[in-house]
Amino acid sequence: MKTKINVTVNGVSHQGEVEPRMLLVHYLRDALNLTGTHIGCETSLCGACTVLVDGLAVKSCTLFAVQLDGSKVTTIEGLAAEGKLHPVQEGFWEHHGLQCGYCTPGMIMTAAQILERNPDPSDEEIRHGLEGNLCRCTGYQHIVQAVQCAAKKMKSKTAVAR
Amino acid sequence: MIPTQFEYVAAKSLDEALSLLGKHKDDAKLLAGGHSLIPAMKLRLAQPQVLIDISRIKDLSYIREEKGQVRIGSMTTHYQIESSDLLRRICPLLPETATHLGDVQVRNKGTIGGSLAHSDPAADWPAAVLALDAEIVVAGPKGERAIKADKFFVDLLTTALEQGEILREVRFNTPQGTVGQSYVKVRHPASGFAVVGVAVNLSVNGGKCQSAGVGITGVAPKAYRASGVEKALQGNALDAKTLSVAAAHASDGVDANTDLFASGEYRRHLAEVYTRRALGTAVSRAK
Repeated sequence: MKTKINVTVNGVSHQGEVEPRMLLVHYLRDALNLTGTHIGCETSLCGACTVLVDGLAVKSCTLFAVQLDGSKVTTIEGLAAEGKLHPVQEGFWEHHGLQCGYCTPGMIMTAAQILERNPDPSDEEIRHGLEGNLCRCTGYQHIVQAVQCAAKKMKSKTAVAR
Repeated sequence: MIPTQFEYVAAKSLDEALSLLGKHKDDAKLLAGGHSLIPAMKLRLAQPQVLIDISRIKDLSYIREEKGQVRIGSMTTHYQIESSDLLRRICPLLPETATHLGDVQVRNKGTIGGSLAHSDPAADWPAAVLALDAEIVVAGPKGERAIKADKFFVDLLTTALEQGEILREVRFNTPQGTVGQSYVKVRHPASGFAVVGVAVNLSVNGGKCQSAGVGITGVAPKAYRASGVEKALQGNALDAKTLSVAAAHASDGVDANTDLFASGEYRRHLAEVYTRRALGTAVSRAK
């Protein structure tokens, strides 16, 4: 039996019918063709599938799409506003915060949440914040640098805005 | 990793959830944050026919203090507790425990009520609610009842919740006077769960222990109150010797778990060492 849902993804409203057991990550990838959100471990450990639901970073492999009726979702595809990369995306680019890139979308979504809550984090706070995102290539060093770089960019932006 | 088919209902109120639970009985499971249940469903360890989503019931999500009691709604997320200014001020043990729990994403979604009702033997919240001598308030078809935390955890993944009941609230007396609290944990490097976790809630008067609450998780099939430790502290000066003597009772009368990661003997050793550390930290914070 399918259930009707109404979900806004990256600013676009989607109405559809889903089987209740369909996971959010499958809804995003298979129903909406948003394949930027990756499926990693499927056991809520690796964080590759992280998206924002109503502003909160969550693992989309551990949510059913039906739970999101009426919610707003942001995926990696929706992070760059008006075609301009988000500071976290710029940071990952400039500091090469990746090797194979598989964990990157999830890393970026979680990093965006970390910086929203703590605009001036220490390296240790970044590492603690990224505990739910596994990277098997980089050893995390460049990822931490990328997030620090993003923090600086975001701070200088707010300074300009003031 | 696809669960079996089920019907999904989002309850709008506690009454609606209770009546749905009464109707579907054992065929139904309550869905809170889903971070214990959904992984179990994906492995088909749980195969409910009906999922009753209670996470959107607004009246179950709150943190407030009234009449000398702290009350936390069961659908309050770990992150809401971690970031609560009120709790940081009047009961820092809870925000501290929350930071040890899972990761950012899990804390955004998981709830205190869901975790307590699941009663994983290595979960963090049970230790904290035991140390605070909290009451677990449950709503059922015959009204409400309050269960003391040390009566709530019955056995491995088993609580005092009966069929048709829903965990509604966690409440405890606001810690008064000179209070020292702490939560320390040996974190399993892969799962993040507690190999051993010790929560301490001390009330101190003139350097002496007025009352002590010590909750220990990860060691046994269920979290427990270390009453031997509490008794050894009561009324005594909180010096290094008292803390050592008290900590030696950390796993008195407990059947410690053995698994691939740690033997029962090693867990008992960790329980003593981490109890001593948790007590030391709590004493240093008492002011």
